[in-house]
Amino acid sequence: MISALELADVTCTFVAREDRSQRYTAVADVNLAIAPGEFVSVVGPTGCGKSTLLNVGAGLLEPSRGSVRVFGEKLAGINRRAGYMFQSEALMPWRTTLENVTAGLEFRGVPIGQARTQADEWLRRVGLGGFGDRYPHQLSGGMRKRTSLAQTLVLDPDIILMDEPFSALDIQTRQLMENEVLDLWAARKKAVLFITHDLDEAIAMSDRVVVLSAGPASHPIGEFAIDLPRPRDVAEVRVTPRFIDLHKAIWDVLREEVLKGYAQQKLAA
Amino acid sequence: MSPPGRPKGESLSAQREGSPVSPPGRPKREGIPMNIWSWIKPSQRNLRFWQVGMLVAFFAFWHVMTVPGLVPHFLFAKENDAAFFLGEPLKIFSRVWDWLIVKRDIYPHLWITLVETVLAFAIGTVAGLLMGMWLALSPIAAAILDPYIKAFNSMPRIILAPIFAVWFGLGIASKVALGFTLVFFIVFFNVYQGVKEVSPTVLANARMLGAGQRQLLRHVYLPSATSWVFSSLHTAVGLAFVGAVVGEYLGSANGVGYLIHQAEGVFDINTVMAGILVLTAFALVLDWAVGAVEGRLMKWQPRSGETEKM
Repeated sequence: MISALELADVTCTFVAREDRSQRYTAVADVNLAIAPGEFVSVVGPTGCGKSTLLNVGAGLLEPSRGSVRVFGEKLAGINRRAGYMFQSEALMPWRTTLENVTAGLEFRGVPIGQARTQADEWLRRVGLGGFGDRYPHQLSGGMRKRTSLAQTLVLDPDIILMDEPFSALDIQTRQLMENEVLDLWAARKKAVLFITHDLDEAIAMSDRVVVLSAGPASHPIGEFAIDLPRPRDVAEVRVTPRFIDLHKAIWDVLREEVLKGYAQQKLAA
Repeated sequence: MSPPGRPKGESLSAQREGSPVSPPGRPKREGIPMNIWSWIKPSQRNLRFWQVGMLVAFFAFWHVMTVPGLVPHFLFAKENDAAFFLGEPLKIFSRVWDWLIVKRDIYPHLWITLVETVLAFAIGTVAGLLMGMWLALSPIAAAILDPYIKAFNSMPRIILAPIFAVWFGLGIASKVALGFTLVFFIVFFNVYQGVKEVSPTVLANARMLGAGQRQLLRHVYLPSATSWVFSSLHTAVGLAFVGAVVGEYLGSANGVGYLIHQAEGVFDINTVMAGILVLTAFALVLDWAVGAVEGRLMKWQPRSGETEKM
């Protein structure tokens, strides 16, 4: 079967602009394939290059070595079949909620009337039906995240890339959003690459969890299939015995890397 | 100093809103003097009263000190000297009244000054916007032009006025040119900064949503730069005005600056002061107009203390 997104031997080395001799290899020889409709999470210690991998998959960053294939085709430039949910604020502050959701459709040349109808529908779907005329600064953090979600999903991407999208939210809002994302995903079965540092979140949501080693030159060191039955409720699934077993197994691999990453950061500081 | 009705909460008075200032006029029972003080004590409620009061007091003081024979002269050698050097408020007001209501002969001059200001402002802003965006998006061009921009910016550009008068004549063009050199750099630097500081996430997001180079320019860089232009708008309009008036003052046959220059030539201090008064009022109106436009266009920007209206 053709993978929706396939990273083959991807290495990313950054060179300091002022001093060409200073290099930092964020990720090295990463192989990662996501099947269509599969929900894959990548976990790892902070600063291990998780976001770098995502940017490579999005086409925002060209790898130093290796290749990216999207549904079998070699990726050049922006990945047009992917939608990206960013970790930090990504909404255009000068556009209203509705205008933010229509933006992608506008860029793709969809007539404005049609774009508005679709955007309206998605805003209702993420629970922001009456908030179309608000500006981002008038919304709460959770509402802004939902707008981002609608903005990404209205384009109906085949691949969804998410970079710790809920890390800034409080725990209740976060679980609500996680369940919403799972529902939306279950309805459409897109390929999802989900980056997080929260192991609970990764296990609760994914079909597969990939553990990255601590940087520099981080690479996958473990892969776990999550065989919890679906549909899941992210809050309830956390207390099932199978979840706890999986958590323990993955944490055993992850713990050492987290400690390594922490020690390195302390050394660098 | 802020004109009334500026929509943004910028004026000193507005910033204090919401803070627990002294409670308004609580009736006191300790006798009448206490009651009067609670009425006139400066507070949020009688702000306008105090503002107007200061103005009146200023002109009253001016009047008393300058009208010949009202108080014994102690600063000047002769009785009429104070009026000669400082002007008399009543005569100044009557001059303004003549200009505006009786003879109505200032309007052509005001119109000329307004046209010069608006032209200098518009051309300077557009040029600054284009140049700022170009240099911000083209680092090589920016690196090459950097020393020249620094040089032109640090040059005291008012000194160009005589040259412009020679180049462009004594009409509107030379004043617009002077105002342009003043406005351009303010807008240019703000736009340059604005484009440089576009959030990388917003940019990456727009690219992921499918924006091409032109769409990025139109939908991300331009709106972001515009907000910086607006933050410099009050300064830019002020400088366009300075350019126009200074240009008129140094050589022209029309405009309020020309009127002032003429009056100065015959030591008519009252007319000079009247001209300054009219210019000040005019600048306040311009500033207010800019504030109104800004409020309409920048409604997406968060204002401090704004709450969600349900």
